Amino acid sequence: MTTAKPLDVRSVGTSPERLDGPVKVTGTAPYAWEHPLRAPVFVQPLQAAVVRGRVTAMDAREALALDGVLAVLTPFDAPRIVDTGDAEMAVLQSDEVAFRGQFVGAVVAQTPEVARQAADLVDVEYEVWPHDTEFSADRPDLYRPEAVNPTYDTDTDDGDVDAALAAAPFTVDATYSTPMEHNNPMEPHTCVALWEGPDDEPQLTLYDSTQGAHAVRTTLAGLFGLPGDRVRVISPHVGGGFGSKGMPHAHNVLAVLAARVCAGRPVKLALTRQQMFSLAGYRTPTVQRLRLGADTRGRLTAVCHDVVEQTSRIKEFAEQTAVATRMMYASDNRRTSHRLAALDVPVPSWMRAPGEAPGMYAGECAMDELAHACGIDPVELRAINDPESDPETGRPWSGRHLVRCLRAGAERFGWDRRPEPGTRREGHWLAGMGVASSTYPGYYFPGSVAEIERRADVGGRADGYAVRIGAADLGTGTWTALSQIAADALDCPFDEVHLEIGDTAFPSATVAGGSSGLNSWGSAVVSAARAFRDEHGWEPAPGARTRTGVESADGGPDYAVHSFGAQFAEVRVNTDTGEVRVPRMLGVFSAGRIVNPRTARSQFIGGMVMGLSMALFEESVFDNGTGHVVNHDFAQYHVPSCSDVLDIDATWLDEPDMQANPMGSKGIGEIGIVGSAAAVANAVFNATGIRVRDLPVTPDKLLRL
Amino acid sequence: MESHLTLRVDGEARSLTVDTRTTLLDALRDRLSVTSPKKGCDHGQCGACTVLLDGRRVLSCLILAVAHDGAQVTTAAGLAPEDGELHPLQRAFLDHDGFQCGYCTPGQICSAAGMLDEASAGHPSLVTPVADGDGRSDGHVRRGPAALGDDEIRERMSGNLCRCGAYVNIVAAIREVSAQ
Repeated sequence: MTTAKPLDVRSVGTSPERLDGPVKVTGTAPYAWEHPLRAPVFVQPLQAAVVRGRVTAMDAREALALDGVLAVLTPFDAPRIVDTGDAEMAVLQSDEVAFRGQFVGAVVAQTPEVARQAADLVDVEYEVWPHDTEFSADRPDLYRPEAVNPTYDTDTDDGDVDAALAAAPFTVDATYSTPMEHNNPMEPHTCVALWEGPDDEPQLTLYDSTQGAHAVRTTLAGLFGLPGDRVRVISPHVGGGFGSKGMPHAHNVLAVLAARVCAGRPVKLALTRQQMFSLAGYRTPTVQRLRLGADTRGRLTAVCHDVVEQTSRIKEFAEQTAVATRMMYASDNRRTSHRLAALDVPVPSWMRAPGEAPGMYAGECAMDELAHACGIDPVELRAINDPESDPETGRPWSGRHLVRCLRAGAERFGWDRRPEPGTRREGHWLAGMGVASSTYPGYYFPGSVAEIERRADVGGRADGYAVRIGAADLGTGTWTALSQIAADALDCPFDEVHLEIGDTAFPSATVAGGSSGLNSWGSAVVSAARAFRDEHGWEPAPGARTRTGVESADGGPDYAVHSFGAQFAEVRVNTDTGEVRVPRMLGVFSAGRIVNPRTARSQFIGGMVMGLSMALFEESVFDNGTGHVVNHDFAQYHVPSCSDVLDIDATWLDEPDMQANPMGSKGIGEIGIVGSAAAVANAVFNATGIRVRDLPVTPDKLLRL
Repeated sequence: MESHLTLRVDGEARSLTVDTRTTLLDALRDRLSVTSPKKGCDHGQCGACTVLLDGRRVLSCLILAVAHDGAQVTTAAGLAPEDGELHPLQRAFLDHDGFQCGYCTPGQICSAAGMLDEASAGHPSLVTPVADGDGRSDGHVRRGPAALGDDEIRERMSGNLCRCGAYVNIVAAIREVSAQ
């Protein structure tokens, strides 16, 4: 139960325009590459051209002879870092190659053109070792990780699943697969590094594109043996991340290595779009076997979700794909498992709703199959199995309003007009509708701190409040929504708040991940504002300042805190070409208090667009011979374009969850993608009668029409 | 090899010396510190670098700066008629929340400005219906519609990717300006 007093809201719940809007529509908001710096130099990375092996020699003489080349870094002479325990981050610390595209060197030059030309002139020789990148659920060497991201149990086993399945009058036993997918934020991963000062007291400044400036500082300071206060990370605007900027990656280390070699000059490194497919994380492919058993009334008697996915041989990332299955529906018998294939591949990582996005695709398609098998409407089947309390922990829900979302969505969407599968033909098109549930945990990460200061104008008169916290806005609306929370917490007008974020010069903030940002930072801002008023009263003198945070998590062990939603999709499938169009999608969410309806709607819809994309388009095609993603650009890895997105809308139940935090918010960054792919795939089944269990649903899989 | 040229960028004459391999995008961003156009792919596949070159929308990452000595370049930073004001498209993007992270936004807005001019000049798109007319061997010609429907806007804006998925709001913003 929350211990902090609920926030008295006035600005929260209204829809001011984005405070960062004017600088974004003019393009004058500085992203990582764009901060004005004197005399920068440019890094062109060198990437491994083999999958596995060893660099035996690098000849940089020709490159170094080129006018404008300042340095060539190699594994043999790059500066050493103090901690090589994280193999992804131990850049140029060894001559070994663990995956194709890994950094094996870099050129630093006066201009980007010369750097690129020089990189082509570096001759790299390799000793080539056998490699294995082939992902398959049938591999004999699958292993059981200790835990799945971040710290969930790998396996669970309650009741007697096998007996329940054997006794069930209705069963589903289906295997679903999802491909490797790449986050692909529009702004490539960028790090500008400046190493300066005396050797015994160096100062490192990074202009970085990150979801967590403080996390970047902590990691990079550790790798380079620097005290935290000698590293500053600046990141006021971030061009999307979707998890891929949630933690620093190898390019951050390479930028700092180059900056050490070129001390005193800002060193600019931006990954190319192609490089992002090897070096900035991705969503693992999955193979998921779902087994469901139900009684004659559609009540689940058995749920079994077995997942196989991949990780890199050099660093484990175990996606928590089956975790949502543990809390989604009521069933006495339930088993979940995760197994990993460790391969010679780039390191997988977070991509929007890791776990829930692929797991709920499979789980919610299986529920659709069960509804079809039982002859029960898919909305009703979910209502029948809605649990009174969290099936995994037994805790009461802080607020579970899934059934209300489903019913409200069904009415608004016109669900009663859903045809029998494969029966609605309109010329060369088959039309259908699908539904799926959505859920996401209400995460809150402790440790954020905020500072409030009474500002003064040039004449020394009081002028609003500075609110400082090292939080991030990657399109999430933080600049605006956190200002709204601060205004209400200080009980002052919205325009008196001057928010300062995106810099480690401001107090520590947890990462913008797990849809936790506003929950965590908002709690710190509320706490600091209350402490400020306690300390300085209602007429504080200019310069009055308070800094504090919140240590423990509210919401605690008493309640299960999750968001829920209902996703509806209508599709049309062309009977000649197999093309799938999505004329309508609707999401109805229950995600606690919505701080800014304008930006929230955008975030929900954006997640749904990414789910549509997951359903129909996205697939990183991995070639096992060369060990790389062959469609590694926007021409071939299709993300939705304007003409792919028609009528998509999102709405929500207005229900503050006061067990979650003082704002009553639960986070909205990820729930939009969860279930949306299943809703589209289920609609494709309803339209065509064809059940595609292998994402993406591309035309070739539908040409049996 | 280097070459000297002058560009008129957002109304201001800017002279610079560039490596002849320098793209217009890099010339703007790295030589002139005009960072309104963004680099999303550097291959003409995402549209983030869209600017108006002598009034027409182009992908500045696919253009060599040296080939356009004397050209007028308009970025989203210089689109408004007066300093400190917003262009109606920019105002509409704010009203409709037509962006999230903002990285594709200057390109979207330049593209929309160029696109509206193309449409008003009668340029057809892929989705423009074929109408009777002259000029084609089959006796048909496509001519852009007087008013842009959502399908036309979507088709004509599909060279500008938005990974945040703000298309619904982008289309609403452009629709509003298009109708003015």
